[in-house]
Amino acid sequence: MRLKTQKRLNQPIWLEIAIPVGGLVMAFLVSGVFLTAMGVSPMEAYREMYYSAFGDSYGLSECMVKAIPLAMAAIAVTLSFKMLIWNIGAEGQIFMGAIAAAAAARYFPSDNHVLMLFSMGSLAILAGGLWAAFAGYLKARWNVNEIITTLMMNYIAIHLMDYFVYGPWRDPASLGFPMTAPFPQSARLMEMGWGRVHSGIILAAILIFMAWWVFKMTRWGYEIRVIGENPKAATFAGIDYVKNVVVVMFISGAIAGLAGMTEVAGLQGRLQHGFSGGFGYTAIIVAWLSRLNPIAIALVAFLMGGLLVGGESLQIVMGLPIASTLVVQGCILFFILAGEFFRRYRIVIAKEDV
Amino acid sequence: MTEPSTLLVEMRGITKSFQGIKANDQVDLQLKRGEVLALLGENGAGKSTLMNVLSGIYLPDSGTIDIDGKRLSFGSPHDAIAAGIGMVHQHFMLVPSQTVWENMVLGLPELPQVLPKAKIISDIRDISQQYGLDVDPEAIIWQLSIGEQQRVEILKSLYRKAQVLILDEPTAVLTPQEAKNLFHTVKRMTKEGRGVIFISHKLDEVMEISDNVMVLRKGKLVGIVDTKGSSKEKIAEMMVGRRVNLELDKKDIVPGKIVLSLSQANALSDRGLKALNDVSLELREGQILGLAGVAGNGQTELCQVMAGLRKMTSGKLFLNEVEVTDLPPRKLIDSGVRYIPADRKGTGMVSNMDVRENSTLKRYWRSPVAKGMLIDWKAVLKHAMGIVKDFNVDTPSVETPVRNLSGGNIQKLMLGRELSDVPKVLIAMNPTWGLDVAATRFVREQLLEEREKGAAIFLISEDLDELLSLSDRMAVIYRGKIMGMIEDPNTFGIERIGMMMAGTRIEDAGGAI
Amino acid sequence: MEILIPILAAAVRSGTPILYATLGEIITEKSGVMNLGLEGLMLLGALSGFAVTSATGSPWLGVAAAFVVGAFFSLFHAIVCVSLGGNQVVSGLALTMLGTGVTAILGRNYVGQLISGFSRIPVPFLSDIPVIGPIFFNHDPLVYLSYGLVLFLCWFLWRTKSGLNLRAVGDNPRAADSLGLSVVAIRYVYTMIGGGIVAIGGAYLSVSYSHMWTEGMSAGRGWIAVALVIFAIWNPARAAFGSYLFGGVEACQLRIQAAGTNISAPILLMLPYILTITVLLVISIRKGKGILFGAPASLGTPFYREER
Repeated sequence: MRLKTQKRLNQPIWLEIAIPVGGLVMAFLVSGVFLTAMGVSPMEAYREMYYSAFGDSYGLSECMVKAIPLAMAAIAVTLSFKMLIWNIGAEGQIFMGAIAAAAAARYFPSDNHVLMLFSMGSLAILAGGLWAAFAGYLKARWNVNEIITTLMMNYIAIHLMDYFVYGPWRDPASLGFPMTAPFPQSARLMEMGWGRVHSGIILAAILIFMAWWVFKMTRWGYEIRVIGENPKAATFAGIDYVKNVVVVMFISGAIAGLAGMTEVAGLQGRLQHGFSGGFGYTAIIVAWLSRLNPIAIALVAFLMGGLLVGGESLQIVMGLPIASTLVVQGCILFFILAGEFFRRYRIVIAKEDV
Repeated sequence: MTEPSTLLVEMRGITKSFQGIKANDQVDLQLKRGEVLALLGENGAGKSTLMNVLSGIYLPDSGTIDIDGKRLSFGSPHDAIAAGIGMVHQHFMLVPSQTVWENMVLGLPELPQVLPKAKIISDIRDISQQYGLDVDPEAIIWQLSIGEQQRVEILKSLYRKAQVLILDEPTAVLTPQEAKNLFHTVKRMTKEGRGVIFISHKLDEVMEISDNVMVLRKGKLVGIVDTKGSSKEKIAEMMVGRRVNLELDKKDIVPGKIVLSLSQANALSDRGLKALNDVSLELREGQILGLAGVAGNGQTELCQVMAGLRKMTSGKLFLNEVEVTDLPPRKLIDSGVRYIPADRKGTGMVSNMDVRENSTLKRYWRSPVAKGMLIDWKAVLKHAMGIVKDFNVDTPSVETPVRNLSGGNIQKLMLGRELSDVPKVLIAMNPTWGLDVAATRFVREQLLEEREKGAAIFLISEDLDELLSLSDRMAVIYRGKIMGMIEDPNTFGIERIGMMMAGTRIEDAGGAI
Repeated sequence: MEILIPILAAAVRSGTPILYATLGEIITEKSGVMNLGLEGLMLLGALSGFAVTSATGSPWLGVAAAFVVGAFFSLFHAIVCVSLGGNQVVSGLALTMLGTGVTAILGRNYVGQLISGFSRIPVPFLSDIPVIGPIFFNHDPLVYLSYGLVLFLCWFLWRTKSGLNLRAVGDNPRAADSLGLSVVAIRYVYTMIGGGIVAIGGAYLSVSYSHMWTEGMSAGRGWIAVALVIFAIWNPARAAFGSYLFGGVEACQLRIQAAGTNISAPILLMLPYILTITVLLVISIRKGKGILFGAPASLGTPFYREER
């Protein structure tokens, strides 16, 4: 008996479910082995994670709180990934959006809630958008590797924020902690009356719907998909590659920038060192798990929010570092990638009739 | 040396399927020492698959192979080479960034860890002298012409002491003169007791070079005939399975005004090398201008420049006497310029998208498909269904991804898309390459129909016979330069066209008539 | 000159971890596999090198452990990308996350410890040469090993059979396959060896450079190395030049900070990343599409023999 691979001509529906679910299960199994090796009972850890995230209304609301920036950033990277532009810089764009929002609250304060949020939002869009469009322009014009530029710009943005919160913007009343003074009340997003969930959830929902609609219905969405699937065919059809890369990167960065703004205006009410905790990177997993489908992103972002909430409670209850969730995340990505293979191929037993 | 009549290769009952379709079905093949066996069949008949099985690249489902009486294990290129099989693939298996000598020894197991460069180079010089295959061992592959690269491929097999040489469509990329030199080399090799398997679809060549002809059809062996006891017509009938009529009905048309004209065009290739050198051409209404030339002499770049897809370093492009140099390509599309690229899957289609989505690639921004910023997918569907029906595209549904379509059906879909707006200018590069006889005929008829409707057509082809049967006028390109304009291709003479393809100007090739 | 020499010597020291990472990535990419997990591999190398050195007292055993761990984790990347044809960019990110997470957990108990690690051994005679001596030959053994590695790789890639095979697999896997080379095996081997060398770069950080372990201590050097591979046009000798350039920036940055200036630390810390983008931009503009000549043609694309 000999096993061989055979290309699938079509993908059955059950596979679409089985592959991500299988990937998650395998990732938790492998992480479980790792936890066991560390002397932690994986069953206990997973139970703790599950109940803290999905066990009660507060846990669920916390998952939602994490899902808001995750979903927005995932939509952001999905836009560029659809075009085969590897924007790994959502993290930096989130930071830039947050810095810009804080600048608006600091330099153009207004008691008018709408006006204040509008100026914070516009500056965040501009900052995140330009930050990403710069990398996009270098890519489109000179073919500068965008993976590296967007990543380098993450480090730059993080240091830039440190410059502000350790330096000129530091709150004198913060007892030396690297953070700005709290934003005025007009610069805070409305609470929704469910835990810490804020009105950023509405923005996230609108963006998810818009992304779905753009890809499904508009000429521009079609152009993005053509560029992503085959840039040569796009040029052949007269689609302007340079312009589209810059525009898509701007919008991608703008959405990530908005995510940064909602995070500081909705949740923390001030700019502080290390506020994002890697949402920009986790969003890549969300986008990939969702197979770049905006509707799936809503669900996956919520589940991934659960993983983050569970990870935080592991830190508090079991004393495991917060980075433990990174292990699970890394494993999930590996197994999802491996699972893609079974989407394209199936294993069959070759007949030996010599 | 062994007796010339002894059996060199014996393949028995070879079956190989891809995704459930049998590319080879119980095929037997025998090759004797000193024999040239022509392997014929339409595209998709399974010739390349059979040869890839013999050279160990594909793993067959069943069957056996004996070389010189010894059983060959399957699916190991390594064992096949050791047993003396050498294959010159249609798409050369060379590493473009490496030198000739490096390619020559690549993968040899007995090669010492530290490369003995001097010895390798002197060995190459010996063999190339012996067979009249002239190449510089220290040249880098990508700098060589296609003809030179083919010589490197043949040398590579000889260097590995191949007893069986498989040549897959070797003359498709050569000028008639280069083809003649190749035949000399083939004859020298068979005289020494080697066997040659020659894949071609040019029947004249097959009659000239081969001892026996073996014909495949739809993966099955149709028969083996002695070349001398057969005829071109008979072999063609074996290939297709019925009598074939390749005669086209080409009407006499008085050409109209100049539609597209290119003047003094210079352009660079993707690698930044000079690809076009002062090219000037004119396309007229109701006229087909053919362009002959060996692949890689600037044809692709010329098409792209004419379709507005490649910037010129200098020169001008006019459409209906209005200058359109450096306009965005979409302006040209909107003015009725259509282009059928040679690289169908890579350039012309988005293979992961379905038939419907691909059908709208050249019109999604125009009414009735575009509704403001939106796409009217119902209108797209209607258009796609129309193409599928009018152009006989064989597809399970319009929602099938294009990658699952056969080459012929992809080309029909492309024609349907490009012709659906009644083009004023049609640029077509190798439009029948890789198609079976019926699809080839269909494509050629469509081109003639557009000509009757008044389109100005620019036809680029590596197939001289196709050019001669379709073109009203012909140009020949060599190293990015036009060697001359042939006003009456059919009386000009194929020998002289061949000389021009090898770089002789028309004045020196006997002048215009 | 007198002021420059210690800075240049420090440039070599600071550039060495980046050099190892760049060299490792060059041989991986030469086979056609792109491994963007360098950041994770360096952290894994730094921690395993530190832990083994701390346990055995032998820094050489630490380096060996780092190599093995780096190769082992690269095996996952190879399985996903070479055998299963997974997306190489995403797999590299997964490796980075995994490496960052695993080292953060396992390294908790090592934070704050100091080891003796490698110490400086001037090379007899060579270190006495004016200028050159103090810059290049007054370091620890791991720096000398990196010189050897650069020379070895230059020779290996262009003068040996294995180097020829490696380049062929990266440039035209189909051709290599038709000549009986195993594309899959060669890609596995060099992905793993490359990953091991990258991890040695990480070990240098903990065992030679700082003699301690801190979480996330690679601080983006892995990504800088990815950029340097392009800057170096896949040439080990140019990689050394690029690495020392970055080492120089780091050395200057430390010196400016130590000298006490008004420029705040975060701004200085941005410099290497800004330099990376600048360097990449310059090389891309200058070479244009010609950059393709150095790049392995099949980089980032999986190979299936029977794909039609």
